[in-house]
Amino acid sequence: MATKKRAASSFHQIKAPLLFLAPNVIIFIIFIIYPALSGIKMSFYDWSILGDTAFAGFSNYKYLINDEMFWKTLGNSLRFVVMVVPLLTIAALGVALLVAGHEKGIGLYRGLYYIPTLLSFVIVGISWRWLLGDEIGVINYIIKLSGGTPQRWLTSPLMANISLVFITVWCQTGFYMVMFVGGLQAIPGSLYEAAKIDGANTWQMFTKIKFPMIRPTTLVVMVLATINAFKAFELIFVLTKGGPGVSTKFLVQNIYQVAFEEDKLGYAAAQAVILMMVIGILTFVQFKLNGKEHDNE
Amino acid sequence: MNKIISNTLKVLLVFVFSFPLVWIVFSSLKPQSELFTYPLTILPENPTFINFVNALKSGNFVRYFSNSTIVAVISTAISVVINTMAGYALSKYIFKGRDTIFFVMIATLMIPLQVILVPIFILEKNLGMLNTLWGIIIPPAATPTGIFLARQYMMSIPNSLIEAARIDGAGEWYIFHRIVMPLAKPIVATLAIFSFMWRWNDFLWPFIVLSKQKKYTIQLALANFVGQYDVEWSKLLSMTVISIIPLIIVFLIFQKYFIKGMTSGGVKG
Repeated sequence: MATKKRAASSFHQIKAPLLFLAPNVIIFIIFIIYPALSGIKMSFYDWSILGDTAFAGFSNYKYLINDEMFWKTLGNSLRFVVMVVPLLTIAALGVALLVAGHEKGIGLYRGLYYIPTLLSFVIVGISWRWLLGDEIGVINYIIKLSGGTPQRWLTSPLMANISLVFITVWCQTGFYMVMFVGGLQAIPGSLYEAAKIDGANTWQMFTKIKFPMIRPTTLVVMVLATINAFKAFELIFVLTKGGPGVSTKFLVQNIYQVAFEEDKLGYAAAQAVILMMVIGILTFVQFKLNGKEHDNE
Repeated sequence: MNKIISNTLKVLLVFVFSFPLVWIVFSSLKPQSELFTYPLTILPENPTFINFVNALKSGNFVRYFSNSTIVAVISTAISVVINTMAGYALSKYIFKGRDTIFFVMIATLMIPLQVILVPIFILEKNLGMLNTLWGIIIPPAATPTGIFLARQYMMSIPNSLIEAARIDGAGEWYIFHRIVMPLAKPIVATLAIFSFMWRWNDFLWPFIVLSKQKKYTIQLALANFVGQYDVEWSKLLSMTVISIIPLIIVFLIFQKYFIKGMTSGGVKG
């Protein structure tokens, strides 16, 4: 009797959960962890799509040092991240502050602001190409009507970068807005009442109560926005193809090209390893910085 | 005063966030001749569905649409089942290594597909999954976000129910699918909606895995269409609108779950 009981309990405490976890664990191992590890391995090889491989030591990494395209596209990616992350965080927080309340009809606003987030990057790209076309676009048409100078929104290096940042912020604000709304709504109402009694104004309410209370949300938003900005691929594919020239070509585009157009899979893998490290370091730094600011308070 | 400013801002933002979509929809209803004639009008002067008819008749559009539907539906079904299973295991059992497994699963968010697309391509090739829909159905079915949301929700289900069932001699699988799942309907809905949206909108997996046109999903087809030198806008715009319809329907029906899911989890997978 006793042994039977023990066997049963060991099943429901060890084997059952592992069986429940198995499908996910297997997929993760095969399609994320194994590729990530084999990517690291590939970066030490010369590797061709046809399957020819040869051990290359650190030569892929050495080659990176003098590869202008690698540095250029890494720089483009970093610049994009540095512009998108703060803008997106501020936009999402600003919009969330507007619609975090419980008044009637506010849900409709939230729903409408969320629309761009529902659309795929491909659709977002097509929509904005239609709006921002040099000749065909309605934006330039309106500018012309009101007597301004039409801009080459997607075909001049400067404007293409600005457009790309704007469109990225436009289509992701709703996503992070919802996270901020969640954070804001979780703040206990008693805090506001206490502040009101003390005579706090709207600005003080924000800086002294809301902002400190949603700091954990802000951190998650910034970390996710950073990772997502490094991932930017589809929008560029549809909007600018990295152009004009290479002014909007990011590291992920370069990795793709080096791998599948130049057939240097090992070299592309080395660039991907560097990118993984950059993302890892930035995430780590964001967590550290946030922790530190907390300590100082 | 404050109220006026904030209300004006709210309305202005509605315009900012919805104008591009509205413009696309109106443009898709304009006959080809009206698309490029000036002065432009916001509303189509002679609204027509001819572009939609042409889109549906053209080439493989219906096939792309049905490929997308197959992928989104099957992948969503798999995803919901395995993610709720994992969420249940991670919230209602106590075993060694549980928190490590959870942490590693969440940490995989830091390895985006964009970074491992080269090894993924080789892996899919070696598994014979290139140019198969299974190649884009199975791999993204396991999502860290889904597991996270499911785990969060399952933690709120009382342990006593599960214990009671165990004492009554119910098996572990029986408890999961007859007792826990019925209580977990809201999270199942949330996961289903998110998963459907992610798979329907997905571009990168199809981009890596599918090169045969017959297998294209709608996103891949549209991206290729807009990449051509001479874009046939009237057709493209109506295809774009058609491709959004399933999402809008799903969103309108399940809006409540969307927002709830987003606020509790708030990660994109």
